[in-house]
Amino acid sequence: MALMRAVAAMLIMIVASSAAAGGIELRQFDDPVMQARYHDLTAAMRCPLCENQAIGDSNAPIAADMRDRVYQLLQEGRSDIEIVDYMVQRFGEYILYNPRLENRTYLLWGLPIALVMLGALVVLLMIRARRNASSKALSAEERQRVEALINRKRPS
Amino acid sequence: MKRRLLLLLLPLCFLGLALFFYKGLSLDPSQRDSALMERPFPSFEAVTLRDEHQRVDQTLLEGEVTLVNVWGEWCPACKQEMPQLLELADHDVRMMGVNYRDIREKGLAFLNEFGDPFEANIFDPQGELGFDLGVYGAPETFIVDANGVIRYHHKGYISPDDVRERILPEVEKWR
Repeated sequence: MALMRAVAAMLIMIVASSAAAGGIELRQFDDPVMQARYHDLTAAMRCPLCENQAIGDSNAPIAADMRDRVYQLLQEGRSDIEIVDYMVQRFGEYILYNPRLENRTYLLWGLPIALVMLGALVVLLMIRARRNASSKALSAEERQRVEALINRKRPS
Repeated sequence: MKRRLLLLLLPLCFLGLALFFYKGLSLDPSQRDSALMERPFPSFEAVTLRDEHQRVDQTLLEGEVTLVNVWGEWCPACKQEMPQLLELADHDVRMMGVNYRDIREKGLAFLNEFGDPFEANIFDPQGELGFDLGVYGAPETFIVDANGVIRYHHKGYISPDDVRERILPEVEKWR
């Protein structure tokens, strides 16, 4: 009786945990480095079918296929770059969350840097303009006029 | 005057970026080209759907412009697409099927029920060829030229209008 209860509890736990995982299989690696690489790779590639999910985060059939393939390629000893290339050859640059730096993406990577530099330039020019303005002394004539304005008595 | 121009620069920058993002954000991400465009059809080794002893490979597609349609019995849009594929076969387009992630009996039953415009069907139960083709759903259609290079890719359902306006002109273009 106690044994049956233990088995039932275990079954419930298994069912509950697989439901929580949302149908995404757990892969155990003996090597923690391999495990980390698998995790990073599946988090860095977009699922072609479900646009806002990484393949490591999606239960679309194609995402499962791609995880399988990442796993196989890791076991074959391929490097991360080779694995990413392998996927890009089939599914296109689209799957990369981090687009590569190349002709097509110079604008994408360069624009933020260019804008920050432009902003810095504007700030620099403003500071210089202000400094010049404040350090400019009044001419004798201007001073006289200011004095006159200050000392002018209001008509009462 | 110089200051005026500088002030004008800011709204111009804003307008430029706004147009850029408006265009970018109104693109449909599901309508992107296959990564295999202008590349040779991936090499494969498989058997056909009708005969599990008949071995085929990528040379099957060479020699003539061929339309390769990836389908499965489980795919509702493939059933709706079949009349258009039969029409294409009537226009003497060479048709090759890829029976993708399917069970042989179900695939054969599908052909019996909805028609068979294909010269042969490559049986791909594990989706291996599909993976190399970058297929992530069905139906998908490729046009492969006589040298076995992929020249056109159609993602999803082919409508009767697509047959006239896209598929037939593309087949003609590569003949």
